[in-house]
Amino acid sequence: MSDNFLEPAGRKDLGLTAAANSNKPLTAEDKKESSFIKQLLGFWITFITQFKKVTTVQYPEVKEPTAERFHGRHQLNRYDDGLEKCIGCELCAWACPADAIMVEGAANTDEERFSPGERYGKVYQINYLRCVFCGLCIEACPTRALTMTNEYELADSSREKLIFEKDDLLGPLRQGMIPAPHPMYPEKDHIAYYRGEVTGSHPSQAPSGEGK
Amino acid sequence: MTTETSTAVEIEMITIVIDGFEITVPKGTLVIRAAEKLGIQIPRFCDHPLLDPAGACRQCLVDIEINGRAFPKPQASCTIPVENGMIVKTQLTSPVADKAQKGVMELLLINHPLDCPVCDKGGECPLQNQAMSNGRSESRFEGVKRTFDKPVPISSQVLLDRERCVLCARCTRFSEQIAGDPFITLNERGALQQVGIYENDPFNSYFSGNTVQICPVGALTGTSYRFRARPFDLVSTPSACEHCASGCSMRTDIRRGKTLRRLAGDDASVNEEWNCDKGRWAFKYVNNRERLATPMVRGDDGELHETSWPHALEVAAAGLKGKRAAVLTGGRVTLEDAYGYSKFARLALGTNDIDFRARPHTDEEASFLAAVAQTATTTYSDLDKADHVVLLGFEPEDESPIVFLRLYKKVRKGKLIITTDAPFASRGSLKLNAHRAKVSEISGLTSKSVVMVGERLAETPGALSAALELVNKSGAKIAWVPRRAGERGALQAGAISNLLPGGRPTSDNAARVDISTAWGVSTLPSDKGRSTSEILHALTLDSDDPKALDAVVIGGVDPLDISADALSQLLNTFIVSLELSHSAITAVADVVLPVAAVVEKSGTFLDWEGRARSFEKAIEESLNRSDVRILSMLADQLGASINLPTVAATRREIESLGNWDGARITFDKSAITPENSVSGNEAILTSWRQLLDLGTLQGGEDNLAGTARPATAHISVGRATKLGVTDGDLIKISNSFGSITLPVEISEMNDSDIWAPRNSINSQLMANLGAVQGVVTVVKA
Repeated sequence: MSDNFLEPAGRKDLGLTAAANSNKPLTAEDKKESSFIKQLLGFWITFITQFKKVTTVQYPEVKEPTAERFHGRHQLNRYDDGLEKCIGCELCAWACPADAIMVEGAANTDEERFSPGERYGKVYQINYLRCVFCGLCIEACPTRALTMTNEYELADSSREKLIFEKDDLLGPLRQGMIPAPHPMYPEKDHIAYYRGEVTGSHPSQAPSGEGK
Repeated sequence: MTTETSTAVEIEMITIVIDGFEITVPKGTLVIRAAEKLGIQIPRFCDHPLLDPAGACRQCLVDIEINGRAFPKPQASCTIPVENGMIVKTQLTSPVADKAQKGVMELLLINHPLDCPVCDKGGECPLQNQAMSNGRSESRFEGVKRTFDKPVPISSQVLLDRERCVLCARCTRFSEQIAGDPFITLNERGALQQVGIYENDPFNSYFSGNTVQICPVGALTGTSYRFRARPFDLVSTPSACEHCASGCSMRTDIRRGKTLRRLAGDDASVNEEWNCDKGRWAFKYVNNRERLATPMVRGDDGELHETSWPHALEVAAAGLKGKRAAVLTGGRVTLEDAYGYSKFARLALGTNDIDFRARPHTDEEASFLAAVAQTATTTYSDLDKADHVVLLGFEPEDESPIVFLRLYKKVRKGKLIITTDAPFASRGSLKLNAHRAKVSEISGLTSKSVVMVGERLAETPGALSAALELVNKSGAKIAWVPRRAGERGALQAGAISNLLPGGRPTSDNAARVDISTAWGVSTLPSDKGRSTSEILHALTLDSDDPKALDAVVIGGVDPLDISADALSQLLNTFIVSLELSHSAITAVADVVLPVAAVVEKSGTFLDWEGRARSFEKAIEESLNRSDVRILSMLADQLGASINLPTVAATRREIESLGNWDGARITFDKSAITPENSVSGNEAILTSWRQLLDLGTLQGGEDNLAGTARPATAHISVGRATKLGVTDGDLIKISNSFGSITLPVEISEMNDSDIWAPRNSINSQLMANLGAVQGVVTVVKA
């Protein structure tokens, strides 16, 4: 009896298991006593639950934060001056087990610079019809350009809308960021960017001198 | 090396032991090759089977013992030939060799940047692969890596990242030993050693793309493919090159329906592992803005209007039905397409008025093609065995680059004499140490010699007769090398008036019966048929004239390739044009039918040897149709079916026909034209097309155009003195038609001669002078 894993721990044995296992049919007396106590116990749980804290959330009116490391929609990050971190290397696409990512690289020019260094991601698409949110792309990214947000509301009404373009995936422009393309921070190379030495934009980076 | 010994009568064989396995190989084989034969891969960077051994990278170290005496240190297996009693232990069985290889790899990686994510070679990189298989798993290097400015453009097509270089010297050895253009070299010493260019000589080799392909790291990359894709994005299809008659085997890499790059294929009997830059990089014409997508019909307003296929075919058929029509195929179509044109002309149009020659031509040439060229069997291996090669009207480096590489390979070893009839020593001729001589002066040919005749020889009446006389006198082999990829195939398919498919003479009754039986018709037209220029002339005649033509079906033809007035001759006639892109012909055509480019269809080119170079469709999703399919639909519309619904069906039909085994057309000898005499400012102009010029199929690729050789007019020292010009000064070349102005380059040549490129920037001879040769006036500009 003690090895019966179905037996609730710390609860009183109600004799039901013993009765079920015995060959002797239940008498009316047995039924009467045990079913009454059982019913009482059932109503007691219902009664007590009324006073417990409610875990149900009125989604979508109410939203709860996800776990910190929840795998949600991807984001393409920027450096602190607004240049993109993505170098278009396609390692995310290579790592993807669902073939959900499509990247095309291109060369930065002095006139049109999207990222520090030579190369940037010209086309960046994630197909959320295919993505399994495994996060292997995040692990593959050599510049931490691709990370995952906690956003999970990705349902939509057509297949086309679920193929996210680079514009949909780029992170928001925070304080001090100027949208690419623009020149690199003066006197800083791509390695300085990678090391985090650029912490904001420089006036010379703003288009036609309207920098802050 | 191994290839050298293959011709020896008695090859000495040597048995050695590698990792405990015995193997017998010819004397002279390198240890690394012998190991390959056993399936043992020794890591390597500098070793390349077609380049001389260098021992530069030291990655292939192995333990070697000969007759019980071991080398004190591991040896580079790519430089040591096998010897009797040799026992080799590779990294698989010798801890010493393994440790040595890991040490070399560690040294190579010390200065190699970890920029694989931005490197084009990433994913197909021998350094990545061999660092994984034969390197340490973790780096112990904590110092600062050597860096260089990057990338350095060594030409507009090739970029150099010096910090990625492992100094294997493959590129410098290639450019010196294979291409003969030693424009790049290793500079400096020690850790600062780097690939450099000669400051005064830019790397404008015609073969520079091969250095990108053989670079074992990402140090040399192609500008047009830079950052475009990763190997796993690409769908590769074996292909053949459509740019010349060399017949290179190729690999076409497609990403999302677009060609991103083309690589030289591996075919030891033709292009070995090389190709030229035109074949490698001139593929953008497929996606140019002028590309035709839908059929078009000229409306009453005189403009072309897009329409449906059924309507376009209906209009085309209405214009051709019951009319006297001819066919011009152009020299770029595949064998199957040419066969389609040939059958279409004979069955649907009932005429022998068909010609593939979209260039200056003569009747003498037609007879030469039927009698000699169609049956010529000279091959690349005959060039390898030749003692003397004569180039007549043929400039291999510009007109058939792989032929040039074959000749250069032999010349470099000092075993081949080259004679050319070119008016001056071009860069190609200089590299080949070619003697310049007129046909009449050439002697000393044997049965091992080869006379290579270019298509240009036909421009001088009697020159082909003189060439044949030389061949007949000496017993040398003859090869006809057209410039365009489709000409030999068109000849085989009978896309010329005097031949039916398989070399069957149109004039031969038995041959006509042969073909008419195969085609299931009672008779075939037996008239003599006309050449391109006769067809163009007939189109201008009054319709009452019995010789007049009313309509013409034209493939890929540029009227300026034929003559200056070809376009005007086409103005008042019904034209059905099968074209890739908008052109001078589509501008005057009544019906325009878009066709598939080479990457969008399957087909076969015959190279100058007559060797079939078949290729399959590379872009699967393309809806464009091959010429033969369109002609088949058009023939059905005309009510005279040619039954060639697919390329595969056409291939089968061509195969079932085979070659003609009856009597051939005999060559009609022509009198040799006396040389023009010139006086004063007059000169005799000769020309050919440079490899990289304004050719239609090179459109849209600026990086390639950046390495084209500058257009210069070549004159002799005597003429230069007379005109008072030096290198770089401008001269004006003119005739009654027009003039061109070019910078001058003084060369060793006859005082009476002048040479200018045929279709380069500022030097489009047919458009500007109305001729590609002849007497011109030369003055200082």
